[in-house]
Amino acid sequence: MNTIPEELKYSATHEWARHEGGNFVVIGITDHAQQLLGDMVFVELPEPGETIKTGDEIGVVESVKAASDVYSPISGEIIAVNTELAESPALVNSDPYGDGWLIKVKMEDTSEFDTLMSSEEYKEILTEE
Amino acid sequence: MTRKTVLFHEHQKANAKLVDFHGWLMPLHYGSQLDEHHQVRHDAGMFDVSHMTIVDLLGAGGRTFLRYLLANDVDKLLHTGKALYSLMLNHRGGVMDDLIVYYRAPDNYRLILNSATREKDLNWIRQNKEIQSVGIQERTDLAIIAVQGPKAIERTSSILTPGQADVVSTLQSFEGADSNDCFFARTGYTGEDGLEIIMPSHQASDFWQRLLTAGVKPCGLGARDTLRLEAGMHLYGQDMDETTTPLESALNWSVAWEPSDRVFIGREALENQKQTGLKRKLVGLILEQKGIMRTGQTVIVDGVGEGVITSGTYSPTLEKSIALARVPFETQDQCLVDIRGKHLSARVTKPRFVRYGKPVTE
Repeated sequence: MNTIPEELKYSATHEWARHEGGNFVVIGITDHAQQLLGDMVFVELPEPGETIKTGDEIGVVESVKAASDVYSPISGEIIAVNTELAESPALVNSDPYGDGWLIKVKMEDTSEFDTLMSSEEYKEILTEE
Repeated sequence: MTRKTVLFHEHQKANAKLVDFHGWLMPLHYGSQLDEHHQVRHDAGMFDVSHMTIVDLLGAGGRTFLRYLLANDVDKLLHTGKALYSLMLNHRGGVMDDLIVYYRAPDNYRLILNSATREKDLNWIRQNKEIQSVGIQERTDLAIIAVQGPKAIERTSSILTPGQADVVSTLQSFEGADSNDCFFARTGYTGEDGLEIIMPSHQASDFWQRLLTAGVKPCGLGARDTLRLEAGMHLYGQDMDETTTPLESALNWSVAWEPSDRVFIGREALENQKQTGLKRKLVGLILEQKGIMRTGQTVIVDGVGEGVITSGTYSPTLEKSIALARVPFETQDQCLVDIRGKHLSARVTKPRFVRYGKPVTE
């Protein structure tokens, strides 16, 4: 059973993005991704202030089972990272769309956000997998 | 074709995440392998290990045969009910499998061997039997449930018949006994106290359900791996195989060199190796930075050479990554591990990380 909130946007590499007003976007990994990986034990995140482009690697989520790279669905400047995950990586499992968020970005170009997949489109690619 | 144990339906009921384990569809976990790990370290968890190979050796020639076949010496089993851990070697001293042998009666020894090595093991045993008066009976009619943890015996006893509970209460570590169709052994693969219970297959579901009512939680292969690695227990096929000897695998302790006139398969090759000197050894590693060591990663030993991680994982008890690694013999206290392109530092330790539920202090 996968949760795919309708109000979010998605990438083919299983990241989600939430537009939080103005140019700000919060990014994390989907319920599908956290289920595949299992219990999370380490999360590597970038430094605030870094500039990223769509498709750049922005971190690693490591479970007991495997390590997985996380890719940015948009371009911009990293303004915050979820420092809670250093102590509590399991938040990515228990609340992947809420307290398990990974990074907050200030978008260069807000129109880029609209090119991301909708929840329906993401659901489609999951059934194809 | 994937096989299923007789408890498959129970795993489905408990929402197990299933994986193909060497041709068997087995539970990886039932929700959280970390929770299952802690459950075994602090309370009681149970594993379906019915896929393992059970071989009964019957007849008067059993003891003589095993003293030749195995690297450890069954003469150490002084009375019925006693068990020991042993390797089975080939003539080059390489490891064919590891197993536990139970002395049930003068004409009855039970071997529990790995599942992935079933065909190979049976062929090897038959090949080497020659004229010994021993019958080899593979027991495919039995199921095995391992209940492990500090509360394992207490919880299990609460659902046994009085006769069975009584028999269990007399068991010391590495002892087994029969009661009412079941064979109870105080052995395990987790480093905790507990029982491995062998029963007729048709009784397994009912037994599993009764253990659930006693508060024992189902645990999968994921937790089984983190538990055994913390306890420094080897996994055949990863930490040792036919190309490695016990001396290169930190398993010399399981080889019975005395009496010096006991002929066993592989003895000569091991003695030659001792003479020539060892080139590699198996050690424990604790990663000093964040990351997880995994099988196959390269170990870099400054000024000495390279080795390889044989088994690596995250230790839920230590909250760090631990591993067993085969490294050059001269390796000392420190090394680097190549993890996804980065060289992270690791401390070399004895190959055991947790004892009585707590980190081993060195």
